[in-house]
Amino acid sequence: MHAYLKLDHIDKTFTRGNATTEVLKDINLTIDKGEYVSIIGHSGCGKSTLLNIVAGLTDTTQGCVLLENREVNSPGPDRAVVFQNHSLLPWLTVYENVRLGVDKVFASTKTRAERDAWVMHNLNLVQMAHAKDKRPSEVSGGMKQRVGIARALAMEPKVLLLDEPFGALDALTRAHLQDSVMALHQKLGNTILMITHDVDEAVLLSDRIVMMTNGPSARIGEVLEVPLARPRKRLELATNAGYLKCRQRVLEFLYERHRFVEAA
Amino acid sequence: MSMPAIKADATTVAIPTASPTAAAPVVTMTPKQAPRAEKYIKMAKEAAVRVVPPLIVLALLMLFWELVCRRTGSTLPPPSRVFKETKELIFDPFFDRGGIDKGLFWHLSASLQRVAFGYSIAAVVGIGLGTLVGQSVWAMRGLDPLFQVLRTIPPLAWLPLSLAAFRDGQPSAIFVIFITSVWPIIINTAVGIRNIPQDYRNVAAVVQLNPLEFFSKIMIPAAAPYIFTGLRIGIGLSWLAIVAAEMLIGGVGIGFFIWDAWNSSHISEIILALFYVGIIGFVLDRLIAGLAKIVTRGTALN
Repeated sequence: MHAYLKLDHIDKTFTRGNATTEVLKDINLTIDKGEYVSIIGHSGCGKSTLLNIVAGLTDTTQGCVLLENREVNSPGPDRAVVFQNHSLLPWLTVYENVRLGVDKVFASTKTRAERDAWVMHNLNLVQMAHAKDKRPSEVSGGMKQRVGIARALAMEPKVLLLDEPFGALDALTRAHLQDSVMALHQKLGNTILMITHDVDEAVLLSDRIVMMTNGPSARIGEVLEVPLARPRKRLELATNAGYLKCRQRVLEFLYERHRFVEAA
Repeated sequence: MSMPAIKADATTVAIPTASPTAAAPVVTMTPKQAPRAEKYIKMAKEAAVRVVPPLIVLALLMLFWELVCRRTGSTLPPPSRVFKETKELIFDPFFDRGGIDKGLFWHLSASLQRVAFGYSIAAVVGIGLGTLVGQSVWAMRGLDPLFQVLRTIPPLAWLPLSLAAFRDGQPSAIFVIFITSVWPIIINTAVGIRNIPQDYRNVAAVVQLNPLEFFSKIMIPAAAPYIFTGLRIGIGLSWLAIVAAEMLIGGVGIGFFIWDAWNSSHISEIILALFYVGIIGFVLDRLIAGLAKIVTRGTALN
């Protein structure tokens, strides 16, 4: 059996003038269809660079990304991204923001009415249909992120890339949105690659957690399976031994073996 | 046994207190109608606050002008004489006795038409070139120094050259308007394009917009606040330039009207024309500002 998404020996070096910085070193990762994988690491370790490489927004220096055994090296709707700061276009309404992607992806396969219905379907999935005619500046941070998720889902991506999607939200909104994403993953069975720096979030949401060492030349330090049954309930897991053990493992990795060195 | 009796008493006491609360909504109903009148009064007050001070200042200035220019031997006419001498022009702006002997409406409309032509070309060319310079590093390196030099050339300095090229007053005037207003539009558009957040570019890349869609759906809306700043400066400059250009090219137009009035020593007519030039310049500026407000309402909020 071959992997659905494969990161094959990826190196990334940034060059500015004479100075070269090796950000990522020999990253190998295979992700199965329908799997939810989180990448966790201290800030500056190159997590976001890695996600951008998968998205095709950044080139690799060495190695390649394979999706269904085909190399992908430019951005496309098959790897839709939910950006950390939502990145909704402020001059478009919530509906139009989602419609923008839908119109491009389904230009030839769906009629206008079908595209309209598909946009509304996706807004309904994230419970944002009521605000479809509002502009991004008129809805809350959590709602913006919901729209961002709807925009990505509406492109029917093969892999959904989440770049610290809950990072800019307050704790309560974040928990609520995490539950929504879990429910969506349960329902739609998307393959998801998520960047995070929140240990609880990683354990709660993921099937596997990829832990990265500190940069420069960050590598994959350890990959942890999270053997918890789905659907997962936040409250029940708080005292679950398996959950606590996973959490402990990640914390140990981040704070003992790969402690973040200031000004590294 | 007496305890529950007291409790029952308490509940019966509570009932009369409920009726005032039931009456309370009726009390709130009455002010609901009052705000309407109050709103108009408030609006009138707000308008008065904005309109009254400039009117007072204007009246004081008129009075001062009247007092200074009233005495005999004064070089400029007082406002009362300006009004008396230009009454015909004010009340009949539409007369047309052939040649350049026309009402002020025709002069102003000729000038506005030239501005409309020159400015429209400048807007299209300016936004186009600005986008190119903002988007491409090489276009900026090649063109920006040229723009920085050319934009410092005073509008009227272009006029002889354009007369030589076009051999006609009308296209020359339009060219002067164009060359005057195009620079701020180019430069502001370029800055706006350069300031488009990387996020929007990433979104466009993921959605796979083609260059034309990227231009119309991302670049123009994202840079709209900057573009309109350029357009507003541009319209002001073109109105400044038209009067000067028309003084030289002659024909129908408010600029030549002023020059002609000076040659015939009709100082009052000059003052009236200046008043109109000022008002129209103001209206043009407001027009572009209003358009900007409508178009960029989404962008400006974020």
